[in-house]
Amino acid sequence: MEKTDKELREAAINRRTFLKGATLGLAATALPLNKAEASFWDAFFQKHFTEMNDAEIKKVLGRLEKEYEQKYNIAVKVGAEKAMPGVLFGYGLDLSRCIGCRRCVYACVDENNQSKDPQVQWITVLRFKKGDKWIDLEGSEKYYNPQEVPEPGYFYMPVQCQQCENPPCVKACPTQATWKEPDGIVVVDYNWCIGCRYCMAACPYGARRFNWAAPKRKPGEINPNTHYLGNRPRYKGVVEKCTFCVQRTRNGKYPACVEACPVGARKFGNLLDPNSEIRYAIEHKRVFRLKEDLNTNPKFYYFFAYGN
Amino acid sequence: MGYSKVFFQLIIVLTLSCFSLGSALAEPAQEVQKKFLVPPPPLSPGIFPCSQCHQFLPANKKPRKLEQMHQEITLKHLPGGWCLDCHNPDNRDTFRLANGKLVSFEESYYLCAQCHGIIFREWKAGLHGKRTGMWNGEKQYRLCVHCHYPHDPIFKPLKPMPAPIRPADIK
Repeated sequence: MEKTDKELREAAINRRTFLKGATLGLAATALPLNKAEASFWDAFFQKHFTEMNDAEIKKVLGRLEKEYEQKYNIAVKVGAEKAMPGVLFGYGLDLSRCIGCRRCVYACVDENNQSKDPQVQWITVLRFKKGDKWIDLEGSEKYYNPQEVPEPGYFYMPVQCQQCENPPCVKACPTQATWKEPDGIVVVDYNWCIGCRYCMAACPYGARRFNWAAPKRKPGEINPNTHYLGNRPRYKGVVEKCTFCVQRTRNGKYPACVEACPVGARKFGNLLDPNSEIRYAIEHKRVFRLKEDLNTNPKFYYFFAYGN
Repeated sequence: MGYSKVFFQLIIVLTLSCFSLGSALAEPAQEVQKKFLVPPPPLSPGIFPCSQCHQFLPANKKPRKLEQMHQEITLKHLPGGWCLDCHNPDNRDTFRLANGKLVSFEESYYLCAQCHGIIFREWKAGLHGKRTGMWNGEKQYRLCVHCHYPHDPIFKPLKPMPAPIRPADIK
């Protein structure tokens, strides 16, 4: 009699087993099992970018290239060039030359595959009245649209990601989807970003952009030369930002905005190279960094090459 | 008395030689090692070589209003200047510096550098003007005249690209 009871008790579902089963069952229903493609599960179980080895990264890049080819009908190359040793990127912008023509804004959009509808732009050109208390950013105008620039009595200041050495956005990210690379570029992994936009709230420069809808570009407008941490096509609900054109600069090229500027106000180079033009600007010209008092330590230097 | 005269002459000779040394350093001949990669100069089509006409014309150094050719040029640079202040009267395919050195159209920055020395220094360092190419390798410079029309050098205003869409205008 006693023995049968014990058998019965073992056969019956007790509270603990029931809960275990129920949890697993619920978890299974939460998983999108209907998407049976292997690539989906690869993406689902992808490791953090900085924890992957070269072979794993290569596999991820291959998967993304296939995904983009299906989506845009063109061969997209997704690279993952690593930071060069002994390089710390710095940017200089000559406010005495900038005429506010916004050529940089659109060169950036062409290069970095931003969405055109809804419009996403990484560079904002602010217009200030000369003689005003001009560092008052609230008083600046970004929708100015005259027939010709520069307008007398005004000057212009383009703002983009300042690539802080002490980036507040990185500290705010709950999933470590954004981090600072060894060459100083702050990057976002669009496959890890959960779209909480804490980084956008943390950024004192308003440099981050959110994809409120699925990014839209005409198929012919996709720049096929991309980088995993840079300009590869993004998803709905992820944050993006300027990466100093990581796909170009890690291959030795200048960023697209530098090459687009018609007045040569934009300077780029290696802060650790004493012969670089950015070092020349810092050493010879009047330089400031935006909101220096916040201790973000930006690597984006505004300077005045001309005038006092 | 004779000694002090000799002494003064010596001082003058030394000073002059210092000056000539200094100017020699700024001359193109000394900079041959450093070549600046530049695109071809933005000449009006069909106008070069200038010698195709000018070899048959005697140089007229008198400032006057041009009536047969080049009427479109009004000199808004170097007030009171004349063509031959920069263009070489003996060979129009070159420029002549104030010191008599000849400079080709491809190296016209040496001509501009005669007055705009600080700008030239910054241009060489990559600070003034636009450079493209490689930040860690070969850089493409621009000639001064690619951005500054030499007879009216102020940078011309541009039409700005469209302003960003206001949040209120998003449909």
